[in-house]
Amino acid sequence: MGGVRWLLLKDLQILRRSPLQAVLLVAYPILIAVLVGFAISRGPEDPRVAFLNEVPQDTRINVGGQELPEANVKERICQRVECVFVDDREEAVDRVESGDVLAALVLPSDLVSKINSLSTLTPGVPEVEVLVNEENAVKAELVDDRITTLLAQANLAIARRIGAEGGRYLGLLVEGGEFEVLGEAIPILGLRTSARILEQVTPALPPALRPSLEEVTEFAARARDNLDVAKPLIDRLTQPIAVEKVTVGGKSPPLEIFAIAVAATLTLAFVVVLLVAGSLALEREENAFARLTRGLVSNAGLLGEKILLGVAVGLVVTLLMLLGMRLFVPLELGRVGLWLVAILASGAALGAAGAALGAAAREVRAVSLLAFMVTLPVAFLSLVPSGAVGPAVFDSIRVLTALFPFKPALEAITAALDEAGPGIGGPLLHLAILFFAYATLARLALKRFAAV
Amino acid sequence: MRAEGIVKRFGDREALKGVGFEAGAGELVAIIGPNGAGKTTLLSILAGIAKPDAGEVGSPDGAVGWVPQQAALYRRLTVEENLLLFARLEGHEDPRGSAEEMLELTGLRERREEIVARLSGGNQQRINIAIGLLSRPAVLLLDEPSVGLDPRQRARLWEFVSGLAGRGTTVIFSTHDIQEAERYGGRVLVLADGESLFDGAAEELREVVRLEAPGAADRDFETAFVAYLQHRGH
Repeated sequence: MGGVRWLLLKDLQILRRSPLQAVLLVAYPILIAVLVGFAISRGPEDPRVAFLNEVPQDTRINVGGQELPEANVKERICQRVECVFVDDREEAVDRVESGDVLAALVLPSDLVSKINSLSTLTPGVPEVEVLVNEENAVKAELVDDRITTLLAQANLAIARRIGAEGGRYLGLLVEGGEFEVLGEAIPILGLRTSARILEQVTPALPPALRPSLEEVTEFAARARDNLDVAKPLIDRLTQPIAVEKVTVGGKSPPLEIFAIAVAATLTLAFVVVLLVAGSLALEREENAFARLTRGLVSNAGLLGEKILLGVAVGLVVTLLMLLGMRLFVPLELGRVGLWLVAILASGAALGAAGAALGAAAREVRAVSLLAFMVTLPVAFLSLVPSGAVGPAVFDSIRVLTALFPFKPALEAITAALDEAGPGIGGPLLHLAILFFAYATLARLALKRFAAV
Repeated sequence: MRAEGIVKRFGDREALKGVGFEAGAGELVAIIGPNGAGKTTLLSILAGIAKPDAGEVGSPDGAVGWVPQQAALYRRLTVEENLLLFARLEGHEDPRGSAEEMLELTGLRERREEIVARLSGGNQQRINIAIGLLSRPAVLLLDEPSVGLDPRQRARLWEFVSGLAGRGTTVIFSTHDIQEAERYGGRVLVLADGESLFDGAAEELREVVRLEAPGAADRDFETAFVAYLQHRGH
């Protein structure tokens, strides 16, 4: 144990002597982690869309000879995207071609007249024009999705307005009121009042006439009741399917907590894996490995020292990072004990993986490259949610990510940060298994090196 | 130090084929031979780093110090930090005292606080040897200690090593420089392709070479030695 202490001191001295390397080792993972954290916690920014409205001002959609109030289509669209208002079609084309905007939406001058023709015997096809620049497949897909969503929202807004007007007319028919024609208010009696009047006058009529009048009264009552049912039906027509979200599996913390957990785990993974793998490879690069293991320190002692170094530095960096994040996101300090448990367990498993990598290569540069090549893709694969890819691919990803400590470390740290997250027991057990597996691999790799 | 019938195989290749020799206290033994002769493998086995497939190694009671061919030290630490680290790892009761002793022995006291990477190859090799001496070994094994050194650095190195032998330390070193072996080795062990061809005094080697390669006897000793190796089928 004495030897391990002096080796640890030596490694810290070497780290102190290489300030650039030490800063890079800590700053680079933190930078990557913060960027990933931001990318995950923030939704995509509103895309810029050029908007050209050629519809003459004060033109309204007309239903049954009546003009509807403004449906605020423009405002609704511009809530979802950043609208860049343009004066003509040429400007819209220029902006799309230059990439200044993702797409351009043109409402042609005859749009409202074509919508109004829908209720006539010669209906037209109302169309809006969308200008896009599909310079790459991802952008093309994004534009398609966005524009389809925007038009669906615009159609929904118009349909709701029409539905509301239809409902108002039905209400007038059932309950009565005033109907305005050419600026003149015409009183409408309404079915309910008609039925009541008929019921009142029926006893005063000669018995021979009463059955006929009762038929009219019954018709008025039935029409009133059925039209009452029709009104909510018209409302539902605008959005026939409602959504009720039921969570049947998985517990997830708030997005910003998950983003912090991702950032912290990424930092911990890079610091620990790179440091352990690099410092172990350094022993061979400096030719000191054989001298050390020739009775001064055992292979297991050397591995233990490297893992301890990685865990100690990783713990300090990750804790500082979490405390820094507390300035922006409320993290419960009462759970700091769990933070420590999660970071120590994750650090140990990641350190053992780093030791296995470090024992497998001879040079620090090769080991650093190897550590990046393993850690980075595994980290990103660990963030792929189920359903985002096909079941077979996801199963493969699940197996692959279960073999490296990043995913269980992320789960453990997420659980430690917020009680709404998954339980911490499973990930800790997973980390313990991986620790022993990688430590065994590292010992075998060191033996192989000693024998060469 | 004694080695008997040492055999070492790497896969199908036999790196050492029953090599044996003895070295007494204060003796300076040079192991010479071309590249791939098995010099480093033999020293590694004597140092206990590698295990032989057959044969036995006997070492005296004191520890065996080992100085690898390439300096095995930390280039980002200072001279003193390196010595102190290995003295602590050796479990010395007074590591600072041991480090001071080695600084004195290597003549690097003035440069104790210099980062090793900034020292010349010769000075790095002196620290490399000093670390090997920290265990106060009865036997010191040096693997090609003068490789990469200029003539002045070599001279200082051999003066230092000869001084150790003069104080009773058995020094066994490998080299592929025949003149160095002849000049500094009291005894010479010739290895070629894992076989021991000669074990005796340097003067005796000259005689053997003259006898077995008479065609090259008039030329310089290195050329004559190469002719001798060819004559022996290597």
